[in-house]
Amino acid sequence: MPQTKAEPYPDAFIKGLWRENPVFVMLLGMCPVLAVSNTVLNALSMGLAATFVLVMSCALVSLLRRFIPKQVRIATFIIIIATFVTMVDFAIQAISLDVYNALGAFIALIVVNCIILGRAEAYASKNDPVRAVIDAAGMGLGFTLALLCLGSVRELLGFGTFLGFNVFGPHFEGWSVLILPPGGFFTLGCWLLLISWMNKRKARLAESEAA
Amino acid sequence: MSSDVRPGEPAVSSIKMIRTLAGVAVISGFLIVLTVKATEARIETNKREALEAAVFAVLPGATTQATFELRDGAFVRVDSPTPGFDRVYAGYGPDGELVGVAIEAAGMGYAGTVRALYGYDPETQTVVGLQVLESLETPGLGDRIGKDPAFLANFEQLDVSLNEAGDALANPITLVKAGEKTEMWEVEGISGATISSTAVASMLDARSAEILPLVMRHLDELKEAR
Repeated sequence: MPQTKAEPYPDAFIKGLWRENPVFVMLLGMCPVLAVSNTVLNALSMGLAATFVLVMSCALVSLLRRFIPKQVRIATFIIIIATFVTMVDFAIQAISLDVYNALGAFIALIVVNCIILGRAEAYASKNDPVRAVIDAAGMGLGFTLALLCLGSVRELLGFGTFLGFNVFGPHFEGWSVLILPPGGFFTLGCWLLLISWMNKRKARLAESEAA
Repeated sequence: MSSDVRPGEPAVSSIKMIRTLAGVAVISGFLIVLTVKATEARIETNKREALEAAVFAVLPGATTQATFELRDGAFVRVDSPTPGFDRVYAGYGPDGELVGVAIEAAGMGYAGTVRALYGYDPETQTVVGLQVLESLETPGLGDRIGKDPAFLANFEQLDVSLNEAGDALANPITLVKAGEKTEMWEVEGISGATISSTAVASMLDARSAEILPLVMRHLDELKEAR
């Protein structure tokens, strides 16, 4: 692992979006990724909810990091994360019942999203609050971005709509398999394939340039 | 990853751990209470609006509505519902005539409780509309009970007439396979979502058998209350 102490702010932010993208590179938090990425709106709401929880929990963990004994740190992190998840749960109910019904149990399950516990443990508990927040924001947006990537493909091909607007006209017959759980695996696989191909190609280009 | 305990680090006393956990718990308790207080009113409004919209949706032609609670065997008009009482929602047309009664039904689906609201027209003794209020059914399969137009069309004219004595349904609402509907009281299921479709049909049957005799007996109260 690179030395995180002197990491510049832009790096702390950008790495979550691309180089260490929690979904596409680290393959964390697959459960909500596969489950609620069937439409763009669900993906976006889930991503933003998780980002809020991630940023707030990391900020609090980082602020309290000197007072938390190592032996109870995981328990403490879970209490902190659960608090913000409960807040998000109420907030979503207040904003829109439709979104709340669509996300269902997955809001409560943000508590056990390993990206959040992972960032709290690996980063926020070792860095100052500003860096922790920047890192959390980057990771959260990276998570949202990945969800959107899956959500747009699945909604476009599965329902023929984007954010509920009809794209392909009334005669489009959706591929309902993409809306179902197997479609989530399929779409994720395609994205991972694309990204690994792009990374390989970039490496090859860099190699040929160096030669 | 760092190792758990650094060499030379003093052992932490239990008191300190308990203090930390208690402190964090107090902070989180405070934050949650704050959120609940801040969102309570808004969530209540959202739920009421959703229910009101659902009442109009299942009672075509209704322009105003009133809530009635079943107290001591009679329907009493109330402004805000009291928990613990059985209630129905009466919908009235532009001239104040009773268009129908919206009734809530709940039953066990595939993944959890399904709650639905359905409209009942006492004139023709039929169900005239249905909307799923709450369900945890599988997205794309079971949740079609709330979205599938062909399935919802079952509830635009579903016979729920009472028997001669007026104390039970003349014909129980039964679920049949898609395309096999022959009687007015049959519901065509969704293929691939049999458990969810059955849940809707049977909760409608149970609820109607229980409340429709009461509604018919007290129809005048519901008509005149406006």
